[in-house]
Formats: sequence, structure tokens, C-alpha cells
Amino acid sequence: MMPQTAIFTTLLVASLLFFCWSVYRRFSLVLYGQPEQRLDQPGRRLAEMFLYAFAQLRVLKKPFGLNHFVIFWSFMILALANGEFLVNGVFPSVSLALLPDGVHRVLLIAFDVVSLLTLVAIALSFVRRLVVRPPHLDSLYVKGRSPEAFLILSFIALLMLAYFGLHGSLVALGTENDPAAMPISSLVGAGLAAHPSMISTVYVVSWWLHALVLFAFICFLPHSKHMHILTAIPNCYFGALTWPATQPREKFEKGAVYGVGTVERFTWKDLFDSFTCTECGRCQAACPATNTGKPLNPRQIVHAIKTNLLENSHALREGRSGTLPLIGAEGEGTNTEEAIWSCTTCGACMEACPVLIEQMPKIVKMRRHLVETESRFPEELLNLFENMEQRSNPWGIAPGERAKWVSTLPVKPFVAGETEYLLYVGCAGSFDSRAKQVTVALATVLNAAGVSWGILGKDEKCCGDSLRRLGNEYLFEKMALENVELFRERGVTKVITLCPHCLTTLKNDYRQYGLELEVVHQSELIAELIRSGRIKLDKKDGSFGRIAYHDPCYLGRHNDIFDAPRTLVQSATGSAAVEAERTGRNSFCCGAGGGRMWMEEFTGERVNHARVDELLAQKPDTICVACPYCMTMMEDGLKDKGAGQVRVKDVVEVLAEGLLRKNA
Amino acid sequence: MLVVVCVKQVPDTTQVQIDPVTNTLIREGVPFIVNPYDTHAVEQALRFKDRFGCRVAAISMGPPNAEATLRKALAQGVDRAVLLSDRTFGGADTLATSKVLAAAIEKLAQEEEVGVVICGKQTIDGDTAQVGPGIATRLNFSQLTLVDRVDDLDISGKKIRVSRKLEGRHEHVEAPLPVLLTVVRELNRPRYPTVAMRLDSADAQVEVWDNKVLQLDVNSIGLKGSPTWVSRIFSPERAKGEMLGDGVHDPEGAAQLLIDKMLEKDLLAL
Repeated sequence: MMPQTAIFTTLLVASLLFFCWSVYRRFSLVLYGQPEQRLDQPGRRLAEMFLYAFAQLRVLKKPFGLNHFVIFWSFMILALANGEFLVNGVFPSVSLALLPDGVHRVLLIAFDVVSLLTLVAIALSFVRRLVVRPPHLDSLYVKGRSPEAFLILSFIALLMLAYFGLHGSLVALGTENDPAAMPISSLVGAGLAAHPSMISTVYVVSWWLHALVLFAFICFLPHSKHMHILTAIPNCYFGALTWPATQPREKFEKGAVYGVGTVERFTWKDLFDSFTCTECGRCQAACPATNTGKPLNPRQIVHAIKTNLLENSHALREGRSGTLPLIGAEGEGTNTEEAIWSCTTCGACMEACPVLIEQMPKIVKMRRHLVETESRFPEELLNLFENMEQRSNPWGIAPGERAKWVSTLPVKPFVAGETEYLLYVGCAGSFDSRAKQVTVALATVLNAAGVSWGILGKDEKCCGDSLRRLGNEYLFEKMALENVELFRERGVTKVITLCPHCLTTLKNDYRQYGLELEVVHQSELIAELIRSGRIKLDKKDGSFGRIAYHDPCYLGRHNDIFDAPRTLVQSATGSAAVEAERTGRNSFCCGAGGGRMWMEEFTGERVNHARVDELLAQKPDTICVACPYCMTMMEDGLKDKGAGQVRVKDVVEVLAEGLLRKNA
Repeated sequence: MLVVVCVKQVPDTTQVQIDPVTNTLIREGVPFIVNPYDTHAVEQALRFKDRFGCRVAAISMGPPNAEATLRKALAQGVDRAVLLSDRTFGGADTLATSKVLAAAIEKLAQEEEVGVVICGKQTIDGDTAQVGPGIATRLNFSQLTLVDRVDDLDISGKKIRVSRKLEGRHEHVEAPLPVLLTVVRELNRPRYPTVAMRLDSADAQVEVWDNKVLQLDVNSIGLKGSPTWVSRIFSPERAKGEMLGDGVHDPEGAAQLLIDKMLEKDLLAL
């Protein structure tokens, strides 16, 4: 064996052993997590993996994602070239030249072109991190200009330069067997030909540089955020098959542990997520809490899980919980309680993550621990919890007043067999004076369209949405079970909701209790009535002026209802609503979701102010919403901003007034 | 030392209406809650437990379903719960009620010295604020009503220092133990039971004491022992309101008028 081969083989084996050991040490930590089913439906999982990992669907949603796409696919193609390099270093007689000439030729062209593309992409990455410096690259503990990021970029660039040095010198030496297939290497070769004395040196240096950088990369990979090269693809395979905003049930029995208070209480998938995050910062760029100066950053939540797991790994391996607390301390590897309570559960982080990490459910799991095990939560919530438990509504208003909105309207009670739909009014629609106007508008429209509907009146109970998002799963379960029984008893099968939070709870959460209802949001039903001609609007209502539509998170992102509310605006006014900068799937929260409706907002800018500013930039006369929480937040925001001349309307109010004009 | 906290199950008065014909409360379908002031009393007892390690007993006089109220106290962490329930206790006014509660406290004291008894300042159904003082008088305990802060409890020195919330002022007082406190909402923020405590309390034992246990003269308790009776309950007639100023065009002026009016009628405590 040549000495070069011997040294190469030794270093390669050592690197591979170190790599395997490192990967084993890290991945074995994942197994300390709790069980979770993520292996069902392999066909669908493969499809998701193809879409998100290989086709990079989410990565490409941002312009610079193209750069990553180029690097990713170059990496995939060059894996062949690098594989050849490693095998060839050990067995000099084995190379891709053994393949049929045609195939080999295509590969050579591809390697050459792709290596150049990668060099360009890496150069752009350097410019981005050094010059452009997008703010979302920096979090508290990981900076965009971190040595680690530049080390990785340099590794890749050096590999490409070594590739061209190596093949350029081979071309110059005349030993490359198909130089015509290597346009860039040939150019380098031509350059080198002018300095014949240097060619062999360039060859040896390039060869060793290529070898050593590869070995260093192999060794460093499992210890860096670049581990995503190994984890991102499986993470997309293990991703949630349904939108993961619906929290899993808990089992309430003596001696059980509730929520997540220590890192090993997370599921293995939660822990795997933390090893997958490559700190791209897209979640933090989308997060309403981060954007308004709250201590919550979804990226840091994931980072804290990883750091905490590694920090406590020694204890975990000995069967103990670690000493670094997951919740309550300051610093890296732990989450402050304020951060955990700052989440609006809007889901923007999950929507942004290119590799399907589920940030928001992790926060709710920690809230469960705080509420159910520690009984520690912001003091405003005590009233909420008591009101919910005693009077089944967040305000603590007497349940007997639930149907007061009806007043003199012709509203019938729901009777199975006689009425088609139950109108589940919800707490806001029943008790909040502004939302009650929306309920009345909805009732008017439903009656005008001849829909058969009824209400439960004072027997209606709160759906429990806020409790579940706030982590009070025990009380949520109690209320969910009561509601499920009530719906079964009354023979309810089809439900209209006024509020997207009721919608999601009845439709997605109650399914876990075996109740399958056909639940529609009012805007969906009305859009359908317009389509089928049961609602006709010929006189367009121009009194609302320019309308900007704000997507409620629980209607849009969480339930995929984007078009229906816009249809209502379009039909009633004859013109489409204008869109805010962040709209549709990327809409920005009003600040009230996740139980934040019932909490004070002390730190930073108010979320509703940020959103109102964004909507006001469109110069609207009216802001349209389709959620009672958004209604409150927008109205308050406009008042605070001194923009009281701009009105806030629910889409159904706009439609109802359109109908009134028609009938006038 | 034992701390005894008295709790009462009351109808949720926000949901109570008065039958216009019979002039009685319509109690049907009205849910029961723990008297809100009593939740602060329980919290204070638990704080004594946390700080000094004393035991806490919760007692309640009421029908068998009042057990739910005691169960809630158990979920929050009291060590013992006693329901005083007997047909002969029924229909009691504040005098007869305080006799029964005082007798129960005396019985508890036979097992362990009672240092502090805590009650809410009043119940939201009767609103008399008489039962707490009635117990103190019968037991010959120091009596500190309307407590909004406990400054110090000195168990070995047998004394307590508290702040009392009076109209427009606070009073700082010290009294020897044993003492009875009645407490206001400002005193504390009641704790929220953890799930584990809720599940444990579901199986915990609520003792039921009837008059066989207390051995009181049946003529001194319940309806027979109650000199007060309610002849009529009614909602006060509300005089029609008047419009003040022009809130649409001059909101500041209207607000000022309203404030002046309220000051004039002494509705704003300054």
C-alpha cells in the first residue's frame, strides 16, 4: 500500500468512527423522550418528505431560499463525487470511470457545473451574513455572524476550490480522461498550463486539502447546527400529518405527570426537532411575540430544548433528571415563564419552518406543566379559570344571560330532526356587546337565506378553547366532555360557529373525544349560500369604503379558510378587500389567541398595535375581521392609535348591511 | 396548633333572581359556589400551614351536597374537612349558625389546640357579616374583622398582628391568641389547585358530624333556635336615571358632570 493511501485510509476510518460515535451519542439522547406515533402511513410520509425535504417547498418560499436549494441539490449530486473521492483514496483502482462512458460523462459535467454553482451560492451566503445581515439570523445565543456559520461555509467553499484545483491540475497534466466534459476544470487547467512547475504541487495540495476538509466536515457535522444535514430529511418524514395545532389529550390518573417540566418529558419527536433546527430564524421573523419585543422566540424555545438535553445528558444517562431547569431560569438552555406565556398559539412559526419543526405545541406542553403541576401562571388567569369552571364563560357572566342577544329576533331553539344546523354562538357572541351585534347580523343573514337553524340558548356552554391553549387541560377536558355529552344528547350533527376558536375546538379538538361534527364557520356557510344563489346581492354596498381584510389565525392558518370571508366582502361591496403585507397563510396575529385575550401585555409593543399599523398602511376605511377576538384587538388598537375614523366590521356585518340595502 | 377555617356553600348570586310573586329567591338550577370571601380565608390558613407547619381543618355547616365546597378546600391543601350536617341545623339564622360552628370548633380543640379561626368577612347570600363575630364571642376568642394583611403570627408568644381595612383607613392591631379573623379579598390571591391535589381530594375523607356528635340542645339550633326570620325579599325599585351632558359632542364635559354628581352624592370614596 502506498503511504498516501495508508494515511488516507487511517484518517478516513478514524473520522468515520468518530462520526458514528458522535451521532450515536446524540441520537441516543432522543430516545430519552416520551413515545409518540410518527411511523404510520409511510406512503403519505414519503410524499411529505419529498415535498419539503427534497423539493424544498418551504425553503423556496423566501427569495434567498433559492440559494439553499442550489446548495442542497449540489450537495446531493456532489455526494457521488465525494463518495468516489473517499473510495478512490482507499482503493485507487476504483472510480466512477468504471461506469459506461456516457453516464460518466454526464456525471463529470454535472460535478463541474454544480461545484461552480455552489461556489457562487456560498459567496452569496458570505455576503448575506457579512453585509446584508437580515436581523432574523440573530437570536440571543446564536448569531448570524457566528464562527460556526463561517466555518461551515468555508468548509464547503474549500471543498469546491480543492475540487477545481485537483481536476484542473489533472487536465493540465493530461491525465484527466475526459476533459471536454469538465468545462470549468479545463479552464483552471488552461490557467495552470502557463506555470508547468506548479502543476504537481497544486495537484497534491488540492488532493490533501479536499481529503482533510472532508474529514474535518465529517467529524464536525454531528456537533454543529449543521447536523440538520442528517436530521432534516427524516424530520420531514416524521412531520405531523395533520396540522399540529390541536394538542394531544392527557391521561388524568393518580401519580401521573402533566405537561413538560423537564426535557425528557418531551416526546422523542420534540427532541429530534431540536436537533433538526439549523437556526435559520424564519420562525422568529414570523412570530408576533418576538416581533413586538417579548422574551419569547420560537427558535430559542427549540434551541433551549437542545441545549438543555445536551447539558443534562450525563444525568439522563444515569437515570436522573438534569440539574439545568427547563423552565424558570435565565440563560441558555432554559425558558423563562414570561416567554412561555407570551405565545399567542398563532402557528406562524410552524408555518414558516422549512423542516416542519413544531414549536407551538412545545410551548403549550410547558404551559400544562406550569398550570397543572406547579399551579403557576399570570394572576389574571385565576379569574379566567374560576369563571370558566363556575360559569362556563371567560367573563364570569351569569349563564342564564347567554341568549339575551336574541331579544326580539325570530330565533328558535335547536331541535334535532326539525332544525338542520345548531348555531353555536360561543361566549363572545353571547356576552360581548360588540360581538353580539355580529351574532344579530349572522342571525339576520341566516334567516334571509332560509337556513334552518336553532340555538341551545342558556344550555350552551363554553367550548374551552382558551383553557386548552393555556395548558389547563384538566379543566378543558371536563368542559369538553360536558359539551360532547350535550351535543350527543341533543342529536347535534351540523354546527355553524361565529368564532374561529369555537370552530377549531368543536371541529378538531372534540374529535379526540369521539365526536365527529360537521362544523362550518359562518363565512364558509354564507359563501356557499352566495354560490348556490340562496343569497343574492344586486345593489353593491359602497358605504364601507376601502376594506382591508385581516386573516384570523384560527380561521386561516389553523383551518385553511382564506377565500370564504373574502367572498363575503367581494359579494357585498363589489370589490375585493385589500390585503395587508402579511396576509393569508402568513398573516400576523391580532395578539389575542392562545388565551392572551385574557392576559395583560406588559413587555414591548402591543401585538395589536403592530398589526393595526400594518393594516393602516393600506389606507383602509374599514378593517374586516371574522373573529370576535380580532374584533376586540383591532378596535382597541385603532383607538390607541388615534385612528377611530377607521371602522372594524365582521365580514358577516358587511354582508348583512348589503342585504338590508337590497331589501330597503 | 390547629387553624380552623369556616367555609360556606352559597348560591351563585349573580345567577339568582327573585320570584316576583312569592318574593323568595329562585334557587332552582342555580349553581352553588364557595363563598368568595371564604376562598381567601382558606388561602390564609394554608399560608399559615406553609409557613409554620400547623394543621388546617375546614368546617362547613350545610346540607349533604355542601361536601363539594369542602372537597375544594381539600384540593387546595387543607388537612381535614368536617361537614356539619343535620336536619336540626337547618333554617338557622346567624345566631344558631354560630352556635353550631363554635361547638364544632370546641370539639376540634379537644384533639388539638385551636390558635386561629378564619372566616370570610361575610357570605354573598346573607351578607350579614355576623357569623364570624358570633363564633368569636361564643368561644371567647379575640376578634379581628376585615383583615386585609397579616403582619405577624407569633405562635410561641401567642399573639397576632394584622391590618384591618376600614372605610377610608387602615387599622394596625395586635391581639392575643386564640383569635378569630374575618378576611377581605385584598388579603391574598387564593391558590389554584394542581391536578394531583384535585385527584387526591376526590378520594379524601370528608367527615360528617350531626347533632349526635355535637350534642347541642335542639331548641337552641336550627329554625327553633333562630330568633330572626325573613318576612320578605324584594328587589329595590330603581329610580329612572337621568342624562348628563352631551357625551357625543363633549365627552370630557359629560365625564366632569358625572364625577361632580357622584362626589355630590358621596358615591366616590376618596
